[in-house]
Amino acid sequence: MPTENLRIGVFVCDCGSNIAGAVDTEAVREYAATLPNVVAAVRNKYTCADPGQQEIQRAIYEHNLNRVVVASCSPTSYEAIFRKCIEGAGLNPYLLEMANIREHCSWVTPGDREAATRKAKDIVKVAVARAHWLYPQDEEEIPVTDAALVIGGGVAGIQAALDLADAGHKVYLVEKKPSIGGIMAQLDKVYPDIECSI
Amino acid sequence: MMDVGRHPNIELLTYAEVEDVSGYVGNFKVKVRKKARYVNENECTACGDCAAVCPIVVPDEFQMGLGTRKAVYIPFPQAVPSAYIVNANECLGQNPIACGKCIEACEKRCIDFDDRDRLLNIEVGAIIVATGMEVYDPAVLDEYGYTRYPNVVTSLEFERLISTGGPLEGHLGRPSDLQRPRRVGFIQCVGSRTQDPARGNPYCSNICCMNTIKAAQYLKDNYPDTEITVFYMDLRAFGKGFEELLMRSKSNGVRYIRGLPGEVWEDPVTRNLRVTVENTTANRLENHEFEMLVLAVGMRPATDTEPIRQMVSLSKAPSGFLKEAHAKLRPVDTPTKGVFIAGAAESPKDVRESVTQASAAASRAAILLNKSRFAVEAITAVVDKDLCKMCGRCAEVCPFGAIQWEKKQVARVVSAACAGCGTCAAECRFGAIEMRHFSDQAVYAQIDAILDEDPMHKIVTFACNWCSYAGADTAGVSRMAYPPNARIIRTMCSGRVNPEFVWYAFKKGAPVVLVSGCHYVDCHYIDANRSTTRRMDGLWDGLEKAGLRPDRLLLEWCSAAEGARWQTIMKEAEKKRQSVTVEEVEQTRAVLATLQVPSPRNPRESDENQEAEFACMRCGNRWTGYYSVNLERTCPQCRSNSVRWLRVKK
Repeated sequence: MPTENLRIGVFVCDCGSNIAGAVDTEAVREYAATLPNVVAAVRNKYTCADPGQQEIQRAIYEHNLNRVVVASCSPTSYEAIFRKCIEGAGLNPYLLEMANIREHCSWVTPGDREAATRKAKDIVKVAVARAHWLYPQDEEEIPVTDAALVIGGGVAGIQAALDLADAGHKVYLVEKKPSIGGIMAQLDKVYPDIECSI
Repeated sequence: MMDVGRHPNIELLTYAEVEDVSGYVGNFKVKVRKKARYVNENECTACGDCAAVCPIVVPDEFQMGLGTRKAVYIPFPQAVPSAYIVNANECLGQNPIACGKCIEACEKRCIDFDDRDRLLNIEVGAIIVATGMEVYDPAVLDEYGYTRYPNVVTSLEFERLISTGGPLEGHLGRPSDLQRPRRVGFIQCVGSRTQDPARGNPYCSNICCMNTIKAAQYLKDNYPDTEITVFYMDLRAFGKGFEELLMRSKSNGVRYIRGLPGEVWEDPVTRNLRVTVENTTANRLENHEFEMLVLAVGMRPATDTEPIRQMVSLSKAPSGFLKEAHAKLRPVDTPTKGVFIAGAAESPKDVRESVTQASAAASRAAILLNKSRFAVEAITAVVDKDLCKMCGRCAEVCPFGAIQWEKKQVARVVSAACAGCGTCAAECRFGAIEMRHFSDQAVYAQIDAILDEDPMHKIVTFACNWCSYAGADTAGVSRMAYPPNARIIRTMCSGRVNPEFVWYAFKKGAPVVLVSGCHYVDCHYIDANRSTTRRMDGLWDGLEKAGLRPDRLLLEWCSAAEGARWQTIMKEAEKKRQSVTVEEVEQTRAVLATLQVPSPRNPRESDENQEAEFACMRCGNRWTGYYSVNLERTCPQCRSNSVRWLRVKK
């Protein structure tokens, strides 16, 4: 079951004219406000800019939000930023969902405002539906052994081993042959300066 | 090289092989076999007294067989560690009565025939794979006469012939008579850039042009009267200082002729080599005679990389070289967390590129090692102990070996090793695996939200995070317009798409369902999308058995760069949607309301490399071909990946 007392905030971004130029963002905002458990629906010119992010944080406090949907661009570009944003307002970063109404909608649906708006509304609806099933997640922390294994003692393995060792890490360099050096050691001279290889 | 031997932080294990790697990022357990060297490498002073008395003479592999060494030997004078080694297979002294001369000759008593292999267990947080490359063997290219004619040599053999550390101590001579060759020819692209697998590899080996230009210039520097001719198809001198070196060699009289010789003949008296070549710049047939001919051989992945690749679960590119996590943004990372690649194991590289990449890999590894703790993104799999039926299917399909399971035991996920692809959750028939942050309930809620209004106009689309979702992003960034009917559900991998999701969407009235992911070579979870294809075969079969049109389910691979391909995929999916009628969807709902999902018919292991029939679900094309689990299926007619496998009835 989804969490009780869900309080979802939806933040619809104009992205200047990138979204608002093809999509009626105000209509999307109004539609978002009607979706189940949405208690705040806000429209911004640029949600990723500082004022936009502050608005999200303010709304989280003001409306006691516990899920946030940002309807703007691709999560591959801005999810990390908005996760930090809601974390700054005390929410677990995994309670964020993004609705991609730019790359997947406004930019690929030119000249048909009605269809683009209809699609944007749907994308927001799907994101809000998913937000119902988001839970706080704790990232597990695991210990790291401060040592590295370098497999292969050619010029690449040698350089990697030396760099790591110089940086203070323990390095095991494993080479199959009786000596390190690899193909590099067999070269007489190397280009472009025609110097010795070893 | 010397610095490695002396560095207090480096434990150098030569004549050693990695036998096993287990564990996960930050906590790898590695088994290394240090083979018996029979010489105490710490005590040996490399005086050479042992080799002086050794009666066994064998070809020296370091000199490419152009020189000889003894059974007790040092690989080359500057070897690190600076110590001799006994090759036990060649040595007579395994039976000390037979020989044992070296033992007597060694004043420091370093030679010990009782030496045995040692197994070392080490623990590390990060692994750098730098297993390098191998030189292509041109013996199969009979027309060049390599191995038949002594004066046809490879570029690496040429290095040894001209090297002061080589068998001729820097006085270049040709193999047949050790006389200095006055006319030297080079043939480029030997074993590279060919579409014929019998003649080499399709890729450019990157280093051979510059290596030849260097060799030609070095020859001119040392023996200015040498006539040098280079036969090439394209000269690729694109690096810093490279074009300048090419120009320098040209101004010194090195001749470059565009055209590769078709055949090489040897004059049996002079042992000179004659070639006929079509000079494609001058558009004429030419004959040339050389005293020595050098084959600029290409590079191929080192054979020894393969077992290492399997131990640490890395992918390989079609060329056989190791695949990086992302060609542009993560070029030294691998899909396995904590494992990095350096040097020519990733692709053919020269010294400078190898060093650059090695420093990058070291830096990436250091970022990890500098942390005492490592945070794993909370998208990993979790097993519900009460629902797990202990069948072990999840462990079988996990590309990362992150699921521990034994018979009659509940599966256990090692979350540090889990990359979050979700193919285990899609495989589990008992709903016992939940993906954190990408739960089944969330997916069902998304399907509901897509289809509860106006379902006839929607295409339920699953897109993987790394490639197809990003490909759709690229289409957007490039403003490639397409019909507005697709509704995307993002999963980390197409392997996350449980067949139940697809059945559910059809049950809810979806006219068309599209599953999309990375091309086989790009799969960000090693090979998880092979499971996607297998499940799609099962679904197509199931749809047909249920009396429904299997072609309402589409499968497409699309890389992050293929915006135009995404546009086509969308347009074609929309055409498919328009072919579905309201009555058909109503019928589907009626059928699926009561249907027990039939058991899927997928290709089995015994179908591997067997003839099969293929049917394109996009355009209807049918053809026969061979099935292999690792072969990406593409319709030869419309380039769709919605290609259904059908067993040929015998």
